[in-house]
Amino acid sequence: MTAEASELDTGRPSRPPFLHRLAAFFLTGNTFVITVLAFFSALVIGAIIIVLATPSATLAWQGFFRSPGGALGASWQAIANAYSSLFVGSIGSPRAMVHAIASGRGPDLVNAFQPLSETLVATTPLMLAGLGIALAFRAGLFDIGGQGQLILGAAGAALAGFSFPNLPAVIHLPLAIVAGAAFGAAWGFIPGILKARTGAHEVITSMMLNYVGLNLLTWLLTTGLYQAPPRVESISKTIAHGAHLPRLFGASLRVNLGFVLSILLVIGVAWLLKRSSLGFRFRMLGLNREAARVAGVNIELHYVLAMTLAGMLVGLGGAFMALGVDYRIAPLYGGTIGFDGITVAILGRGSPLGVALSSLLFGAFTAGGRTMQVNTSIPLQLVQVLQAVLVLFVAAPGVIRTIYRIRVARGGRRVFGGWAG
Amino acid sequence: MRLCLNGITKRFGDLVANDRIDLVAEGGEIHALLGENGAGKTTLMNVLDGLYRPDEGAISLDDKPVHFADPGDAIRAGIGMVHQNFMLIPAFTVAENVMLGFERTSRFGFLDRRRARAEIRELSRQFGLEVDPDALVGDLSVGQQQRVEIVKALAREAHVLILDEPTAVLTPQETDELFTVMRSLRESGRTILFITHKLKEVLAIADRITVIRLGRVVGTTRPSETGEQELAAMMVGRGVELQVTKGKAKPGEVVLEARGLTVIDETGRLAVDGVSFDVREGEILAVAGVQGNGQTELAEAITGLALEVGGSVRIGGRDLTGASPRTVLRSGVANIPEDRLKDGLVGDFTIAENLILDVYDESPYSRGGALDWNTIHRTAEKRVDEFDIRASSIHIPAKTLSGGNQQKVIVARELSRSIRLIVASQPTRGLDVGSIEYVHGRLVSARDAGAAVLLISAELDEVLALADRIVVMYRGRLVGPFDAGALTREQIGLLMAGVEPTAALKRDEK
Repeated sequence: MTAEASELDTGRPSRPPFLHRLAAFFLTGNTFVITVLAFFSALVIGAIIIVLATPSATLAWQGFFRSPGGALGASWQAIANAYSSLFVGSIGSPRAMVHAIASGRGPDLVNAFQPLSETLVATTPLMLAGLGIALAFRAGLFDIGGQGQLILGAAGAALAGFSFPNLPAVIHLPLAIVAGAAFGAAWGFIPGILKARTGAHEVITSMMLNYVGLNLLTWLLTTGLYQAPPRVESISKTIAHGAHLPRLFGASLRVNLGFVLSILLVIGVAWLLKRSSLGFRFRMLGLNREAARVAGVNIELHYVLAMTLAGMLVGLGGAFMALGVDYRIAPLYGGTIGFDGITVAILGRGSPLGVALSSLLFGAFTAGGRTMQVNTSIPLQLVQVLQAVLVLFVAAPGVIRTIYRIRVARGGRRVFGGWAG
Repeated sequence: MRLCLNGITKRFGDLVANDRIDLVAEGGEIHALLGENGAGKTTLMNVLDGLYRPDEGAISLDDKPVHFADPGDAIRAGIGMVHQNFMLIPAFTVAENVMLGFERTSRFGFLDRRRARAEIRELSRQFGLEVDPDALVGDLSVGQQQRVEIVKALAREAHVLILDEPTAVLTPQETDELFTVMRSLRESGRTILFITHKLKEVLAIADRITVIRLGRVVGTTRPSETGEQELAAMMVGRGVELQVTKGKAKPGEVVLEARGLTVIDETGRLAVDGVSFDVREGEILAVAGVQGNGQTELAEAITGLALEVGGSVRIGGRDLTGASPRTVLRSGVANIPEDRLKDGLVGDFTIAENLILDVYDESPYSRGGALDWNTIHRTAEKRVDEFDIRASSIHIPAKTLSGGNQQKVIVARELSRSIRLIVASQPTRGLDVGSIEYVHGRLVSARDAGAAVLLISAELDEVLALADRIVVMYRGRLVGPFDAGALTREQIGLLMAGVEPTAALKRDEK
């Protein structure tokens, strides 16, 4: 949960006992506590918005002096409705789950676990986008190009997916995944090599490549290479069965192998950062570029490597969406997930475990927000506000420390190496 | 003006930076505040400057109690501060810098530059502070910029002047000039608080000396009643060896051979201008010089960090001109960079991680691209003991260590590899006496073990204490080499100031 524990903790000698450390974390206001309090604060602000957005509650407030209890009751009702449908929509109803497991009936099980499955489906691309961007962060790079990398990854996977209709799955699926990874990597490589060779700032180049990627896809979808033959609208050919990511719990629940692969990639990146010499160089570069140079690190090469790996991971997010859920791609594919990945990386403080947890939270928000929109008058946008407020609080921990009067944590880790260079 | 501090205490969390400090500085007195880095000098100064408020204790000026809420209050009360890092704007003229923050305007709101200029001329004349009011500060030498800072303080009618390590950036000659100015300020009845850790200077100019250690006043004395040894002992808390004990050098093969070395720096300036020299195994060659004369670039050229290098660098007979830093490090070169936290350490990395910063991918620390943390931690524990690094654990970030311990981490890392050449740039800058002693001892024992040592230093004492041979660097060129015993302190000082060698060496013979 903490910076240290997030990266495959080792049984190091000469550290204070676990309980000591635990106590120290809570007393000095470590990052995890800050995150929890930020989450709580975001919910409070969300509650205010819910009241404002619920007509029955606002009406009741107009009569506050006549019936203060009525106003508070109506507000409570609105908040409880919204947050409980957010919960039920993202995790599911515990009662229905218990019931379904007891009865063992297929349709009941599908209904009970549908929300959880949808949460994991929404989590998968967020986790990979966040993971890629977090990896770049750790190497001191700000990858804003998630959107383009995600689109390219999806485009690569789709191309391989629909181009070979009769390939066996054991060859076809890996091929499609590799194609997605390669396309995404290419879209990360470009800002990397531009920075290494010309010093162009990756924030600008990767952001511009979003537009290029976006419009490249729009164009590709009008060409014979991608467009489904009898159609006039821009939509791709359908990915062949051999390249589909298998669903984990039967055809009715959309959660698929992509989620499992994402978790494995999280573990892989955690290993890379903590246990490999390449990761050591990335972290050195991210925290002190000059010291890395003096210590003999080829800075330019590692900029390219970090951006390429980041693009690859984000691209895999797009690939898993196409191969696991949609089976075809359309213009604007992926929406804002490439940008949400930045938020996930910040909330996860650049650590793989943090990214996994925050992407699960955002996945739950996304899945639950849809249910909330159906069941209440609160629009889906509320969850985006919640996400934004949460990240604002995390990015400005001073606010949270002031509200809850927490002492400043000592030895907290910087997430970013800074913008310079 | 009589400055009186009474029981000043300042805490930061559990740390007591200033512990019941009492100090009285009379008008017309140069009062030296002597202490190691980390003794609490800077904190005390910031209390006087109004940047910090003391937790306990009182400040009074001429027996009237004063309270400073911010630096503005301190200035209005007559306290002038000359910081170690000058607070000047390079693109402004001297007059504009002096006016800054206290701008006087004429009619229609125009800045009254003429009055500022006149004021500066008057102050220059009165105290021997020669500066041109219309010169751009960016064009001035460091010594001149310091004068601008003093003029700035005086223009704001400072009666108490606080000089924070003012000689750290000056040549010996510039230091003498500063002392002349300080004496004339004393004549005018002003109170001068002179903060330093240099014993010789304190003895040369102070009327009274207050020594602080670990946030407490150790004692107050006068130069006539004390000496270097005693002051050093007060500062450090024990007897200190000021002289490095080292035997005669036994120079062997040439390890580093530089021929016609030139370096163009990032701004396109010729920083190193056709320099040739040799360093042999078993000897220390010191490059003396005031900072900014190309020493940084010289070290970068040898360690592979400079971008544009001409001429040739051979290390152990191999041509390494323009080689990558990695190649140079792998050929047995230890690099102790001049800026510890910028170039030598990753502050957010743990001590253990910093101890493998440039050997992490070698056996036994990693195998097949995977780090072996058990070995790394075990080795780190060993190094911490061996090099006397004072830290609660090897898992704390290096930035939380004191400067001396940070430098020991770098020294431990660099000297624990198999090395033939050590490039040590300002290796004791900003360190306390104890750490200086330690680093010097390590360099000498590395020399005795057969390493060639290139010492780049702006500290004359350090050069004299360590060098077997000396070259002096001025504006990118070298003078020398000279055998260590062949030059006097004054002669080196003159060479550092750019006096022609013939004149510099002759003048002293008279």
